[in-house]
Amino acid sequence: MSLDAAEARRAWALTLPAVVWTVAFFVVPFMAMAALSLWQRTAAGLVPAWTLENYRAILGEPAAVRAILNSIEITLTVTALSVVLAFPLAWIIAEEVPPRWRRLALALAVLPFWTSYVVRSYAWSLMLARQGVLNGWLEGIGLPALDLANSRAATVIGFTHFFTMLLTLTIYASLTQLPPNLRRAAADLGAGPVATFHHVILPLTAPGIAVGAFLTFALCVGDYVTPQILGGGRDLAAAQLVMLNLGRRADIPMAAALSVCLMLLVTLAYLLLARFMRAPR
Amino acid sequence: MRRFALCAGYMGALYAFILLPVGVLVLFSFQDGRLPIPPFRGPTLRWHEAVLTDRRLMAALWNSAVVAAGSSAVATLLGFLAARGLATGRLAGAAAIRAALLAPLSVSYLVIGLGLLASLNLAGLGLSLWTVAIGHSVINLPLCFAICAAAMGPAVVQAERAARDLGAGEGRVMALVTAPMILPALAAAFLLSMTFSWDEFIIAFLLSRFEVTLPVEIWSLLRGGLNPKTNAVGSLVFLASALVVLAAELALLRRKG
Repeated sequence: MSLDAAEARRAWALTLPAVVWTVAFFVVPFMAMAALSLWQRTAAGLVPAWTLENYRAILGEPAAVRAILNSIEITLTVTALSVVLAFPLAWIIAEEVPPRWRRLALALAVLPFWTSYVVRSYAWSLMLARQGVLNGWLEGIGLPALDLANSRAATVIGFTHFFTMLLTLTIYASLTQLPPNLRRAAADLGAGPVATFHHVILPLTAPGIAVGAFLTFALCVGDYVTPQILGGGRDLAAAQLVMLNLGRRADIPMAAALSVCLMLLVTLAYLLLARFMRAPR
Repeated sequence: MRRFALCAGYMGALYAFILLPVGVLVLFSFQDGRLPIPPFRGPTLRWHEAVLTDRRLMAALWNSAVVAAGSSAVATLLGFLAARGLATGRLAGAAAIRAALLAPLSVSYLVIGLGLLASLNLAGLGLSLWTVAIGHSVINLPLCFAICAAAMGPAVVQAERAARDLGAGEGRVMALVTAPMILPALAAAFLLSMTFSWDEFIIAFLLSRFEVTLPVEIWSLLRGGLNPKTNAVGSLVFLASALVVLAAELALLRRKG
């Protein structure tokens, strides 16, 4: 056997376990779920009906459409808010903070990452509860209390908290990769700070922002924990509806069909991102 | 001067937004009362004590540690092997294999968990910590593979070939040449997987039955509403993670300096 053939065989032997693992525990389950979304739940149990009935039911049921729209609205709000909040912070840390304090400033800005994910949402429910910390302060300074517990606003605040941290990291990373000369060159050519920002910095950091925004969208639109803890049970997000179908209604085909819809949304966002990254600037 | 005030003001406001919830969480874990809401009365350590003596929480903590270590070890090993195989450049269809290995990254945890749940149901298999660990290995394998693949440069492949030329068997090449050369990547892959698995909720929630991991146990605590005990668990988990991060940071600094 030639050396090349021996190396190729070894390469296969090394790669195969990971491929088998991924196929067995990711690809096959994924197909199983897609297949299940074509089944039907009946009184006699689950039957392989192979119909698009579940998808038709989703489109025909205002509650389901509402939940998906809720998720999209929440996600878009959170993405926009997080980018707007995170960009100046990343900018200040990258440009205005003295170099020796930068690491500390960044570490402090993402410190709550190290709390548990479930606990972070719980911490916000403490802040926003009827008699919670926030209302305590508002009353202290003579303002009326806010009724934020179990509302969409609470969900948005909880999400924005997390994704502001995430985007501060990604935007900081793309800001520090900007060559400093570019800004000096822009200034030399007579651009003011606003023009420099608009024509030099923003276009060059746009890909980094876009990737961060996509991550936010992908992670936010399918999340169950934050809307469940902070949003309450009335104004459901899509993932809450999935879990509801899985649990109380025991309708796995419907849960699967809803999940496929969520996946399609993320795929759509990905295609938009890919298109944006390819667009000439 | 105005610029400085503006920057400082913005930083202060955002840091308050980012850090306050955690600060409030920790503060009210010392609440000497039944509800973790103002006014603050205390301090007391009784909620921390209640957590540390809670059998279910401690069992869940142990389960989480076992699941995190086991799933991360599997993911790191499989990712490492695959990265080595692909680094040789001898595989037909390498691009497709790479894409397939990275695919789980683009799918939400809810979908991965639901898919596994559905297929376990169809196969008639029961749920346990094993199924949780399998779910976590699926989400961590792409990360471990990507981290190891990034570290497997041509120099490593050449060194492997040289070792083989000198008569080393496959096991020795891996243990004495490749692994030491990309040890930082292996450590990073393993530790990152640990933190992801440790904190993961939805897959653990869907794929566990009687024995659960810590996030799932905390989730069931939440059903009881606001409770200083939940604050105490959260604070302790936060403290532990922060210490690990600090230790990793210090280790890195010492290495550099």
